[in-house]
Amino acid sequence: MFYLDKKALQDQPDVRTLNKSVDWSAEFAKRNKSAHYPALKEYYAQGVVSPETPLSEVPLVALDFETTGLNPKTDSIVSIGLVALTAQRIRCKEAYHWIIKPDTELKTKSVVIHGITHSDVASAPSFNSILDALLQHLQGKIVVAHHKDIETRFLNSALKHYINEEIVFPCIDTMALEARFSRTFKRTFLRSLLGQKTPSIRLTDCRTRYNLPYYRQHNALTDALACAELLQAQIATHYPEQSVPISAIWC
Amino acid sequence: MAIEQVEVTDFFHRHKPFSDLAEQELSQLASGIEIAYYKAGSPILTFGQDNNQWFVIRSGAVEVFRRDGELYNRLGEGNFFGELAIMRNRPVRFPVVALEDTLVYLIDAETFNNLFDSNEQFADFVEVEDRSRLRDSNADRKENDSLLTAKVEKLIGQLPLILPPNTTVQEAAVRMTEEGVSSVLISNDQLSVNDDADDEELVIGIVTDVDIRSRLVAQGLKLSSPVTDIMTSQLTSVQSHQYVFEAMMLMLKHKVTHLPVLKKSQPIGLISHQDILRYESQNSLFVVKSIFNALNVDELAALKGEVQTCFSRMVHEDANSQMIGSAMAVIGRSFKQRLLELAEQEFGPPPIPYCFLALGSMARDEQLIVTDQDNALVLDNRFDPQIHDEYFDALANFVCDGLDRCGYTYCKGGIMATNKKWRQPLKVWEQYFSQWIDKPTPETLLNSAIFFDLDGVWGKKVWADSLNRLIRKKAYKNARFLACLARNALLRTPPLGFFKDFVMETDGRQTNSINMKRRGTAPIADLIRVHALSVGAKGRNSFARLQGVIESKILPPGRGADLRDALEFIAMVRIRHQAFDIDMQRVPDNDIEPEYLSDFERKNLKDAFQILSDAQKFMKYRYQPGRHL
Repeated sequence: MFYLDKKALQDQPDVRTLNKSVDWSAEFAKRNKSAHYPALKEYYAQGVVSPETPLSEVPLVALDFETTGLNPKTDSIVSIGLVALTAQRIRCKEAYHWIIKPDTELKTKSVVIHGITHSDVASAPSFNSILDALLQHLQGKIVVAHHKDIETRFLNSALKHYINEEIVFPCIDTMALEARFSRTFKRTFLRSLLGQKTPSIRLTDCRTRYNLPYYRQHNALTDALACAELLQAQIATHYPEQSVPISAIWC
Repeated sequence: MAIEQVEVTDFFHRHKPFSDLAEQELSQLASGIEIAYYKAGSPILTFGQDNNQWFVIRSGAVEVFRRDGELYNRLGEGNFFGELAIMRNRPVRFPVVALEDTLVYLIDAETFNNLFDSNEQFADFVEVEDRSRLRDSNADRKENDSLLTAKVEKLIGQLPLILPPNTTVQEAAVRMTEEGVSSVLISNDQLSVNDDADDEELVIGIVTDVDIRSRLVAQGLKLSSPVTDIMTSQLTSVQSHQYVFEAMMLMLKHKVTHLPVLKKSQPIGLISHQDILRYESQNSLFVVKSIFNALNVDELAALKGEVQTCFSRMVHEDANSQMIGSAMAVIGRSFKQRLLELAEQEFGPPPIPYCFLALGSMARDEQLIVTDQDNALVLDNRFDPQIHDEYFDALANFVCDGLDRCGYTYCKGGIMATNKKWRQPLKVWEQYFSQWIDKPTPETLLNSAIFFDLDGVWGKKVWADSLNRLIRKKAYKNARFLACLARNALLRTPPLGFFKDFVMETDGRQTNSINMKRRGTAPIADLIRVHALSVGAKGRNSFARLQGVIESKILPPGRGADLRDALEFIAMVRIRHQAFDIDMQRVPDNDIEPEYLSDFERKNLKDAFQILSDAQKFMKYRYQPGRHL
């Protein structure tokens, strides 16, 4: 889900949300107890890697949603793509893709973007019928997303709607990471004179920067893969030793 | 069941050998891959490590090294590596390093092996036994058209009528009538085998219906005259295992309508023009006829387009490089012959006998469409420049100007009959060759290598034969001469391969195009010439020479066949691209831009270049100065 308008992306993501103070293990243990929905309870039961775990050893899962619009309150999810990876390898064997019947109206405006039509969703399962499988594929892994707010907010909103519960988890946001790396690119007077702009952190532009191939956007599975590859490139470029603790990049 | 990644599948669809896979195999492959990213400069495979994955480059580029650190190959999008270690189940031998930031798709060994075992096309493409791949790719094409690959023996019907030389013409006529044939072979079983006699000289002549009419009846000879009085001697014959197209070329070249077919030295049949017409497309025949019907140089020059059309049609009919090369050589020779006929009409009969020589690719029967004229004149030993040279100078200029107008551009090196140096009596030519061979220096040989491929086109062709014999005798096992010749043959080397749309040189440099003649066919022809001269092999065509070299067993086992396949493949790429230029109405040339090469051609060309490079190393070793042959 990367069809944010230009304006939304020109704003730097809020890096203050990089919240290193949360004790995720404790948070998961607590929620394991309070959760009612069995699959969610199981998700929390699998816990989370300790913050000191080196990046090289962390199981990851790249996640992407296509939605009917940008507002989690009025829009809903139409497809979910995910693919498992580590810092070394992306495993296409562990990739999944669901088309979902949205519980709000499928707007023509979004159909143009993700190409999922009314007839596609007519026979598609509803979100709650795939929820267990989704949680199962997420458990024990750290979620990777490009502009994570879409995924976290829409997931929470869907959970609220169907099981009236909440989900929280640590997340690696490749867009936030890219913004962090490009902060070293200072906007100097000379650069503005030369017309140099701050590097774009849109997914396609980020990928080009790392010599990754062009992929068509707005298929949840392809976007998840694109995001997974971007993270690999970011790690290879900025953390070639892969010994950095996971807490340095999650939020 | 794993899910298919559209972008991955699309990528595989675009690249061989994956694009050859069935839809289901392909999506299964795509959904099972792993993906990894390597920063420029980082190692991907290191020497001695175990490897159980096959690497396919999705984006970026890598370099493959030999163990000693020498660059072996550079690979880009769609190329692959790591198959060697999987197939041999051995640790990695060729380390691989990312040259650019690189994304690779990884296919596990099991999937790779399954594909390799179950899919022949896939295996062929991946096959690390580069040499066998090249052979297959040449063979595939040849099997397409049986007409062009038919052997002479297919055309033979009944056994030929053979009579001894003391038969009278009347006896012969009676036997011919009984057998219902229009020609008879005259064979001499007692023929003594002298030094230079070929086996085929067992058959000493042929008598046809026409001979009886024109040489006996019309001349008023007696019916009891021996057949030897009216037979055509100095017979051209064809071996039963030769191709039909070769028989046709022989007929065109020697302007005969019947050819005895021999198996070794035994005549086993006789084929006529008519037999062949049923088998061969008439392309080149038509052009040759038009050449001899042309009344002047203007009409000859107008045939330039016909020649190109004929060339391109043969390519589309899947002729091999030998067929095309010899057809073009016959056409080139016909132009020369017709021009000489016209010249003799214009300037009158020659004051002394002469022989017009074709040199280089035409003499080797390897002429293509983009070619300059290389020729020379051998004159009778009575040649006196004061008296005769005005005539031959005019003749040479007439022919060379004519050839230029017919599409055979002037030789930039001045190797033409118009050059006084190359318009000399036979004895001077003998001195030239003696000088080149007995007192060789790389410098003098540099520009004279072309003279070692010579063929008589017109006039006293026996002089050309005698010069060829002289060369063969003097060059045989002549270590010093061969060392010089080999040194010059190493001046032109093949590139390492291709990378993206560039030609990659062995030192890693990249260029935009490759001259397929200068970097491919010419160095192979040079190399084969050295070996052929060293063993005294007959024949001037590179394939024929190579056969002689193989039979002499001087090459390591299998290398001769490799070289033949490499020459055929490189020549065909060159030919196909010239035909493509003609079809696109561009001026054909020898330069090929890698962007016009298919994946298949690139891969096979790289193999062919490697074979040539290895063969050059072997030549360098074998003919090092002072080494005893």
